[in-house]
Amino acid sequence: MAAGNFEKYKSDGSLAGNALEWLDARFPATSMWKGHLSEYYAPKNFNFWYFFGSLALLVLVIQIVTGIFLVMHYKPDAALNANGVPIAFASVEYIMRDVSGGWLIRYMHSTGASAFFIVVYMHMFRGLLYGSYRKPRELTWLFGVGIFLCLMGEAFFGYLLPWGQMSYWGAQVIVNLFSAIPVIGGDLSLIIRGDFVVGDATLNRFFSFHVIAFPLVLIGLVAAHVLALHETGSNNPDGVEIKANKDEHGIPRDGIPFHPYYTVKDIVGVVVFLMVFSAVMFWAPEGGGYFLETPNFYPADPLKTPPHIAPVWYFTPFYSILRAVTYPLFGLDAKFWGVVAMGASVVIFAFLPWLDRSPVKSIRYRGPIYKTLLTIFVICFFVLGYLGTLSPSPMGELVSQVCSVFYFGFFLAMPWWSRMDKFKQVPDRVTFK
Amino acid sequence: MSNQGKMDCGRRRLVVATAAVGGAGAVAALVPFVSSLLPSERAKAAGAPVEVDISKLEPGQMMTVEWRGKPVWIINRTKEMMDTLPKLADAVADPKSEKNQQPAYAQNDTRSIKPEIMVVVGICTHLGCSPSQKFKAGTEEGMPGGWLGGFLCPCHGSTFDFAGRVYKSKPAPTNLEVPPHVYLADTRILIGEDKKGA
Repeated sequence: MAAGNFEKYKSDGSLAGNALEWLDARFPATSMWKGHLSEYYAPKNFNFWYFFGSLALLVLVIQIVTGIFLVMHYKPDAALNANGVPIAFASVEYIMRDVSGGWLIRYMHSTGASAFFIVVYMHMFRGLLYGSYRKPRELTWLFGVGIFLCLMGEAFFGYLLPWGQMSYWGAQVIVNLFSAIPVIGGDLSLIIRGDFVVGDATLNRFFSFHVIAFPLVLIGLVAAHVLALHETGSNNPDGVEIKANKDEHGIPRDGIPFHPYYTVKDIVGVVVFLMVFSAVMFWAPEGGGYFLETPNFYPADPLKTPPHIAPVWYFTPFYSILRAVTYPLFGLDAKFWGVVAMGASVVIFAFLPWLDRSPVKSIRYRGPIYKTLLTIFVICFFVLGYLGTLSPSPMGELVSQVCSVFYFGFFLAMPWWSRMDKFKQVPDRVTFK
Repeated sequence: MSNQGKMDCGRRRLVVATAAVGGAGAVAALVPFVSSLLPSERAKAAGAPVEVDISKLEPGQMMTVEWRGKPVWIINRTKEMMDTLPKLADAVADPKSEKNQQPAYAQNDTRSIKPEIMVVVGICTHLGCSPSQKFKAGTEEGMPGGWLGGFLCPCHGSTFDFAGRVYKSKPAPTNLEVPPHVYLADTRILIGEDKKGA
């Protein structure tokens, strides 16, 4: 559909028509509009879960626009000002107190960061529910995993910029993770930091990554994600391929044009989302200490670690997996294997299209095994996330080890259990009331 | 492709050679970018030694000074603190400080030049947090039973004794680092250098 050849626009003789004809002869305006919107046929049975793709795009726009305005006032400088406060920290306080509307722009950006992960986690969960990663959409899924990785980097780099206590010590811990890699680890963490300790050099390069390098890659990946999706067409809650049943014009019988049907539907999602977003932004911008952590309201002090440090909530499930690894193996210490486990727990999503061997895509036609295991997986993800916000404790360690084993077991044993389930008959057409 | 199968081998060799030379040039162009990520000359030169006056440090007290951007602790250990060290020989991972985390002159039972004065980098060898003081023995500071006093890293729970030795089965792989240091006088320490006036 996306690659379809559409006829060039013919003017009706009006001025606007002539302009469009002139444009369309020189730029694929009509074909892009039709291919991706007005004649991109999406399944008619999209439900609640299909809001989150367009919402992710909305949050990306919010982050870029607010980011542009924040950079106008923010200064990435770890040196102390005349009052003995780091300039970077002071510039964030300046935005909050002295720049007109600055507090609102900053809260949009900080709330947007958490909102981005909420929306993306929902979007990924949708993929798990309806098998959206299955053939022929493997590449769409892989671009999506790339977006997720890029987003994690973007969030990590951004969190250093306010140069608070949590910024500083969080970066210290995460950069030191890389030093656990044998042979190259020491030099690698030196290259990331640009100094022997987290300092001004680190702050400046993280600023560069956060505002230039990663956003560029992110936008490229988002474009690739959408293009790959529009090449195969969207999946749906029934996991039925709508392209298998086309009418005499070559249009899927269960498809409706994305515009105006889904653009209008998504506006409803946008309105509801913005209501929740605004409520958080105005009434609880700190998100109960989860979106903006309390120690980050103190300027970075390289001599004193806050009594309790934890990553922002969206990293905590993976952080718990890191902490759960306490045994050395093959002569390499536990720290290294913790890093490997944490990396693997994110990257393993990329292998889903090939791990899942069930004959049906959607959870609607899968049996009790998938429903049970997916439920336990989600519970484990939440438990790991919760434990990651707490101080280390023997009990927490044990629980996080159990959850980590299940987390990896869910993926690694999938080729076997995904085949064993009791499946229901998948209909030929999507179900739609 | 009408002339398929009739490949001009000479021309193809030229294409391959051109691509190889271009590729080598692209790799060479990476060198300045990667080297710019390494610590700058200014950062390398910034490791000047720090002189500390410890005349006001009472027994049982600890002071923190900054050296190369890191906290260095100086602890004036009391006799009770010193007495805990031999008792912990079985509880710590490297009781005799065999791993290279200290200069040779601090590789002894107290990991120090003067027995009571401990000089150590206050950075956990796990992931670089700065451990907190848990000097009181017993469970009152939220430590497990049998705690003899020392340090707890808030990030991942590694524990250290009053000589900066790490307890067994903790995430930190080695004891805390003892920096090179030298006594310029009885109560003046130079941190970062081994020799007087060097």
